[in-house]
Amino acid sequence: MLLNFYYHFTIIISKMQNFGGINMNEIYLDHAATTPMDVEVINTVNKYMEDYYGNPSSIYKTGQIANNKLNEARKTIAELINANDFREIIFTSGGTESDNLAIKGAALALKDQGNHIITTKIEHHAVLHTCEYLEKHHDYEVTYLDVDEKGFVKIADIKEALREDTVLVSIITANNEIGTIQPIKEIGTFLKNKDVYFHTDAVQAIGQIKLNVQEINIDLLSASAHKIHGPKGVGMLYIKKGTKLVPQLNGGAQERNRRAGTENLPGIMGFKKAVELVMENRQKYVEKNSYLRDKLINGIEKSIDDAVLNGPRGSKRLSNNVNFCFKYIEGESILLNLDMLGIAASSGSACTSGSLDPSHVLLAIGHSKGTAHGSLRLSLGKDNTEQEIDFVLEKLPGIIQRIRDMSPLYIKEKERS
Amino acid sequence: MYSEKVMDHFQNPRNVGDLENPDTVGEVGNPSCGDIIQLFLKIDDEVITDIKFKTFGCGAAVATSSLTTELVKGKTIEEALRISKKDIAEKLGGLPPNKMHCSNLATDALKDAIDNYRGEDE
Repeated sequence: MLLNFYYHFTIIISKMQNFGGINMNEIYLDHAATTPMDVEVINTVNKYMEDYYGNPSSIYKTGQIANNKLNEARKTIAELINANDFREIIFTSGGTESDNLAIKGAALALKDQGNHIITTKIEHHAVLHTCEYLEKHHDYEVTYLDVDEKGFVKIADIKEALREDTVLVSIITANNEIGTIQPIKEIGTFLKNKDVYFHTDAVQAIGQIKLNVQEINIDLLSASAHKIHGPKGVGMLYIKKGTKLVPQLNGGAQERNRRAGTENLPGIMGFKKAVELVMENRQKYVEKNSYLRDKLINGIEKSIDDAVLNGPRGSKRLSNNVNFCFKYIEGESILLNLDMLGIAASSGSACTSGSLDPSHVLLAIGHSKGTAHGSLRLSLGKDNTEQEIDFVLEKLPGIIQRIRDMSPLYIKEKERS
Repeated sequence: MYSEKVMDHFQNPRNVGDLENPDTVGEVGNPSCGDIIQLFLKIDDEVITDIKFKTFGCGAAVATSSLTTELVKGKTIEEALRISKKDIAEKLGGLPPNKMHCSNLATDALKDAIDNYRGEDE
């Protein structure tokens, strides 16, 4: 008993100690938002900032060395997704830019062929808002496919939505909020030989799922470095050879005329290092995180009433994703309480989304707005330990109960039953 | 994001709960907008002698509810109704701009409670 008290006392005290910008004792469970950079990545970025200042477009030696390094990074990333040719990889400023370039670029390149796009209701905003932009400013028509209660898209729905004038299908590989992994290979197979481009946002997926763009038949794939312990501000777009794309940044011939601007070599080399670490460790981390994920899910379901798991179970769920709706309460209150204990997490509540509506993903899988406001996402990373998960499981039920005791909805509900 | 005062009221909410046989109850908001505030009041000779709240909502919603109950307890109805949203936000050391309208609802709930009280009186 005394020992137990001492244990938690020391955890809480140690959480108050900050070391520079890093909270050494934070329990960081928001890896779907971003990940801490790996030490090897930081060392790589530093090295390239110090020693490789050349502009890859310059013809003298320093420039050409930088250009060769860029191509080495392309080769590593091509290997990650089994692209046929390293020249199919272009670098961007991140997942958002990659999604924008893929969707606007492909739609505008094919505008003589048609103006219809198919996507889903549970895409990242980088895809959704880009589609809305094309509807508003370029008269495109967009079909937003429904998903089932676990967040899966049905091939039959894609089939039904396809039209003569459809030019692009964009479907997220794995959802950032609820972790649903789409049947991306089946979708790619279905779209093969159809005269449309297939884009997928694989930002959440590439660190965990082995993707093979040739086998899946993907034309365009977006990814980002900072979700896999790489630096922020770096991303990539896979563009299958022969895919037409109108550049969205003009002003130079970089990236094979697809994306103007001097390349961020230190960041890109950090991305390369992060990808190498993914290829080396992916299996190990997926196994570890799946175990911790299921421990969290089972523990929460056992100890908290009216907790609804969002998304599927098992292998069709991202290995690091846990997402629950806790009825009768609002998500930001949960986050603030967790933060007081040094636990960093996220919510799809309106308060955290910057709009009045809660998460579009939670609404798309059938939740009422009231229930969707009470969501909590815990996303694991390579450094999370079982001890941390035990701490969360011990503290969370009390937090939920404390907020429910304040909630007028909870009381009403209990009186009714 | 939040001031120390907001966090203090969020961590240690004053007057949370409900009252047995309140003289009046006020409620604003709905679950779909993400905030509901309920106030329970005891009123004796135009003076608010006791007040409790229940809130479904974010940190700002809880803190503004808590502070409002603290401020109006012991005040006359007229004095209590003079407290504005701006007063509440200022006394909390400011609120994030997006919370000013969506979560600063306790004074509306108070007005609703008083309206109900007056309505019942007539």
